Amino acid sequence: MAELFFWPALLCYGEAALGYLGEARQPGLAGRAALWGVRFGWLAQTALLVVQAAREDGFPWSTWAGSLNLFVWFVVTVYLFWGSRRPYRLLGLAVMPLVAVLLLVARAGGGTGVGARSHYSNLFLVVHVGLVLAAFAGFTLVAALSALYLWQERLLKQRSATILRKPAPSLATLDGLSLRLVTFSLPALTLGIAVGIVRLARNGDSIDALVVATLVTWVVWAAYLVVRLRGLAGRRAAYLALAGFVLVIVVRLALPATHFA
Amino acid sequence: MHLVLVGTSHHHAPVEERERVAMERDAAHALAQELGEAVVLSTCNRTEIYVAALDADDAERRAVAALADVEHALYRLRDRAAALHLFRVAGGLDSLVPGEGEILGQVRAAYENGTAGFLLDRAFRHALHAGRKVRAQTAIGESPSSVSSAAAALAEQVFGDLRGCRILLIGAGKVGDQAARNLRTRGAEIVLAANSRTDRDELVAQLARTDVVVSSTSSPGYVLDAATVERGRRGRQLLFIDLAVPRDLDPEIHALDGCFLFDIDDLEAIVAETLAGRRTEAERAETIVAAEAEKFHEWQASLDVVPAIASLRARAEEIREAELRKAEAVLGRLDESDRNAVESLTAQIVNKLLHLPTVRMKQAAAAADGVIYAEAVRHLFGLEDER
Repeated sequence: MAELFFWPALLCYGEAALGYLGEARQPGLAGRAALWGVRFGWLAQTALLVVQAAREDGFPWSTWAGSLNLFVWFVVTVYLFWGSRRPYRLLGLAVMPLVAVLLLVARAGGGTGVGARSHYSNLFLVVHVGLVLAAFAGFTLVAALSALYLWQERLLKQRSATILRKPAPSLATLDGLSLRLVTFSLPALTLGIAVGIVRLARNGDSIDALVVATLVTWVVWAAYLVVRLRGLAGRRAAYLALAGFVLVIVVRLALPATHFA
Repeated sequence: MHLVLVGTSHHHAPVEERERVAMERDAAHALAQELGEAVVLSTCNRTEIYVAALDADDAERRAVAALADVEHALYRLRDRAAALHLFRVAGGLDSLVPGEGEILGQVRAAYENGTAGFLLDRAFRHALHAGRKVRAQTAIGESPSSVSSAAAALAEQVFGDLRGCRILLIGAGKVGDQAARNLRTRGAEIVLAANSRTDRDELVAQLARTDVVVSSTSSPGYVLDAATVERGRRGRQLLFIDLAVPRDLDPEIHALDGCFLFDIDDLEAIVAETLAGRRTEAERAETIVAAEAEKFHEWQASLDVVPAIASLRARAEEIREAELRKAEAVLGRLDESDRNAVESLTAQIVNKLLHLPTVRMKQAAAAADGVIYAEAVRHLFGLEDER
C-alpha cells in the first residue's frame, strides 16, 4: 500500500524538479506543470504518511530514514505556502531537486515502508521530532530563499538583459521572508531541543554527537536572527543562512546514525 | 446577420491622418446610434467601426462614409475576419507595442459606449474574454516596453512594492522625468528634485534617506562618484538609474556591495530583450486568439440554422402532444405516476431522435453548409410555412 503512494510522490517531485529547470529557461508552461507536480506529489506523500501512521502502533517516523520522509513532507508543505505564486516558482528550482533526492534516500533507508516498531513514546516523538523537523524545514526554505537572493543579486550585478524575464521575487521580499521564516523556525527548534534534553535527563542518557551538532545549528540560526534584527541584510545574511543550512544537512544526513543507534 | 468592420490604425495611417477620424466618447456614441447596431472604437492608434447588419454592403457603405476623411487608408473586414481582428485587438496583438494592457480597457469602454445588439454583444464579450485569457496565459504584457518603465521594473526587482520608496531625482531631462513619473505611479515618492548645481553635501545627505537615484543632467562630469555614495548611503541598498549621456554616475558605484547602477545602454538592452520576449509570447497569444475567434465563428454560423432547428423541434413537440391527446382514452385509465412516465418517455424519444440532427446541423453551419442543411430539413419535415 505504501508503495502505491511512494512512487507517484517521487515521480511528481521529480517532474516538478525538471519543470522548474524548464521554467528557469523559458517561464510559462513548465512552471505551471511543475507546480501541479508539487501539489500531486504532496498529496501522494500525505497519503503515504497516513498509511504509515495507520499501519503502525507507535510513532511511524522514529528511524532516521522515517524522520527524513517526514522532513521532506514538511519542506514541501512550507514551500506550498508560497510556491503557487508566480514570482516564487523559481524557489522550486532550489527546493524540489533536494526534496526528490531526500525522499529517495529516505526510501533507501527504509523510511517509506510500513511495519517498523517504535521504541519511543508517541507524545515525546510527536513533539520533539515534529518541532525539530518543522524548524529544519523552515531553515531549508530560508536557504532556498537565500540561494534565490544570491542568484537574483548576481543577475542585477551582471546587468543581465534578461533579468526582467525571470519571474523571481524582489531582493527585499526574499530578505524579509527569510527573516520571518527564521522568526518562526528558531522557537520551534528551541522547543524541540528542550523537549529532547528533558527526556535525556529523565532517562539518564548522555548527550550524543547529534545533540551537539543540533545545538551548534541552533547557535548559528540564533546568531542569524540577532544580526538580522540588528540590521544585517542582503548578501551577507544570505551567506550566513546558507552556512546554517549546511549544518542542517549535516544533522539530517551525517549524524542520525549516532542518535538513532 | 453579418459583422462588418471598417477602420484604420497605426499600421495604415500616420498620426496626422488618424487624428482626423479620432472621436470623443459622445461623438462615438452618436455615430453608433446613427449606424444602428454598432460599436466605435477610437484610441490614439486606431478608429474602428463595428456594425452588425443584415445587409453587409449597406452597413459597410455607411461606415466608410463616416470615416471618409481617410478612405484610402481604411480596411474593410466581414464576419470571420472582422471577429478575428477584434479578438486580436483585444488581445493587444494589433497594438504598436504587442501586449500593451491599455487596449483591453479601451475595447470594454467602446463596447459599453456603443449600441450593441445580440451579435455585437456576443462578439465583444467574447473578445474581452479572449483578451483576458491572453494576459492570464501568456507573459506578453508583463515586461516593460520603454526605458522609463524598465527603470521602474528594476526598482521593483530590488525593493518589491514601491509604496513608500524614496526617489532622488537629479536633473530635469525628459526621460528622467518619465522614469520618475513611472516610479511615482507605482507608489514611490520624490524626496528631492536636484540638479547638477545642487549642493554636494545636500545630495550626500539625501542618499541616506533614498532608495532610488534617477539622474539625467547634462553635466560633463560625474555628479556622484563611488566614494561619495559609499560615504553617504550608510549601508543602505540603493538603485541608481543613469539616463544621461555623458554619464552622471561613476560606474564604480555598481561595484559597491548593495548598490546597483544601470545606465541608458543597460536599460535599452533590457527593453530590447523584453520586446523580443513579447514577440515570442505573441505567437502563443495568436494561437489563443485564433481558437477563441473560431469558437465565435461557429456560434455565428449556427445562427443560420437556429430557426430551422427551432421549427423542427416545435413540429416534433406538436406531433407528440397530438398523439398523446389521441391516446387520451387509454391514458385516462392510468394513474398519475404512469401518465407522467408516458409523458416523460415520449419526450425522451423525441429529444433523442432530434439530438443528432441538431448537432449535425450546427456542425454543418460551422462548415458553411448550414443553409443547405436547414433548407433540406425544412423540405423533409414540411416546415416551409413556419419561416
